[in-house]
Amino acid sequence: MSGEAPLPVGLDANEERLVAELRAGSEEAFAALVGRYHASMVRVATAIVGNRAVAEEVAQDAWVGALRGIERFEGRSSLRTWLFRILTNRALSRQERERRSVPFSSLASDELDAEEAALDPERFLPADHARWPNTWAVAPESWAGAGEERALAAESHRVIAEAIDALPAAQRTVITMRDVEGYDAQDVCNALEVSETNQRVLLHRARSKVRRALEDYLQEDDAGDGSPG
Amino acid sequence: MTCKELVELVTDYMEGALDADASARFEEHVTACPECLVHLGQMRLTVRAVGRLRGEDISPDARDHLLASFRNWRREG
Repeated sequence: MSGEAPLPVGLDANEERLVAELRAGSEEAFAALVGRYHASMVRVATAIVGNRAVAEEVAQDAWVGALRGIERFEGRSSLRTWLFRILTNRALSRQERERRSVPFSSLASDELDAEEAALDPERFLPADHARWPNTWAVAPESWAGAGEERALAAESHRVIAEAIDALPAAQRTVITMRDVEGYDAQDVCNALEVSETNQRVLLHRARSKVRRALEDYLQEDDAGDGSPG
Repeated sequence: MTCKELVELVTDYMEGALDADASARFEEHVTACPECLVHLGQMRLTVRAVGRLRGEDISPDARDHLLASFRNWRREG
C-alpha cells in the first residue's frame, strides 16, 4: 500500500514499525497487535457494556475500525491510546443502545450524585464523641506478612474480579482502565468524558469497595485458620 | 484532619491531587496515627492486587476471527 502519512511524535520505534507493516498489509504485524491488546480491550469493553459476549463483539468491531482508519493514523498519540479511543467510543455507543439510550455519562453522574462513604460509618466513633470524635472505632487489621501475600496471590483474583464486577458501571470502568490496564487518568477522562475530579471520585469509591472485599476475604481466612482442628 | 476525613482523601493523596497544605496535613496525620497508616497501606496494596488481574490472553477463537477480518480488509484495500 502507498500514500502513508508520516509518523511524527508519540510513537516509539516499535509502534512506528508495526504501523508501517500494518499499512503494508502484514498479517504478522496485525497478529502481534491483537496478541498484545485484544484481551485488554475486551476487559475494558466488558466494564463499559457489562456483558462479556457483547464486549467481544465490540472489540472485534473496534479492530475492523482501526484497520479502516490506519491510513489516517497520524501518531499524535500512542497506538495503544488510539486503539483504545476507537474501542471506548464503540463500547459507549453500544452501551447506550443496549441500555435503551441511557448514556454512560448519565450513569456516571447518577453514581457521583449518590452520597457514599469509603467505609461503613460504624467504623468510626461518632462526631460528638467526648474524647476521640471521628477516629477509628474498628481499626483496620494490618495485612503485613501473610495477609499481604494472600492479597496478591492468585487465589484472591476471584474475590477481586467479583468485587469489580459488582461495581456500578462507571466505577467498574474507571478501576478497570486505571488499575487493571494501567491507563493514566487523562486517558480515562478523555475516553469517558468525565472531569479529573469525578474520575478520582469514581476511582476512590471503586478502590474502597475492592479493599473492603479483600478485607472480608482475609478475615474469613483468618477465622478459618484460627478454628480448632 | 480526622481519621474519617483522611480515609476519604486517600485516593486524592495517592493521585497527587491534594494541594501542598492538605498533603502536609495528610502526611502529618498518618505519621502520628498507626491505624490510618495501615489503611493507607491497604489501599496501596489493593491497587497492586487489582493490577494482577491483567494478563489473560486472547482466546484462539477470537484470534481466528480477527485474522479472518484482517484478510477481508486486505482484500478490500
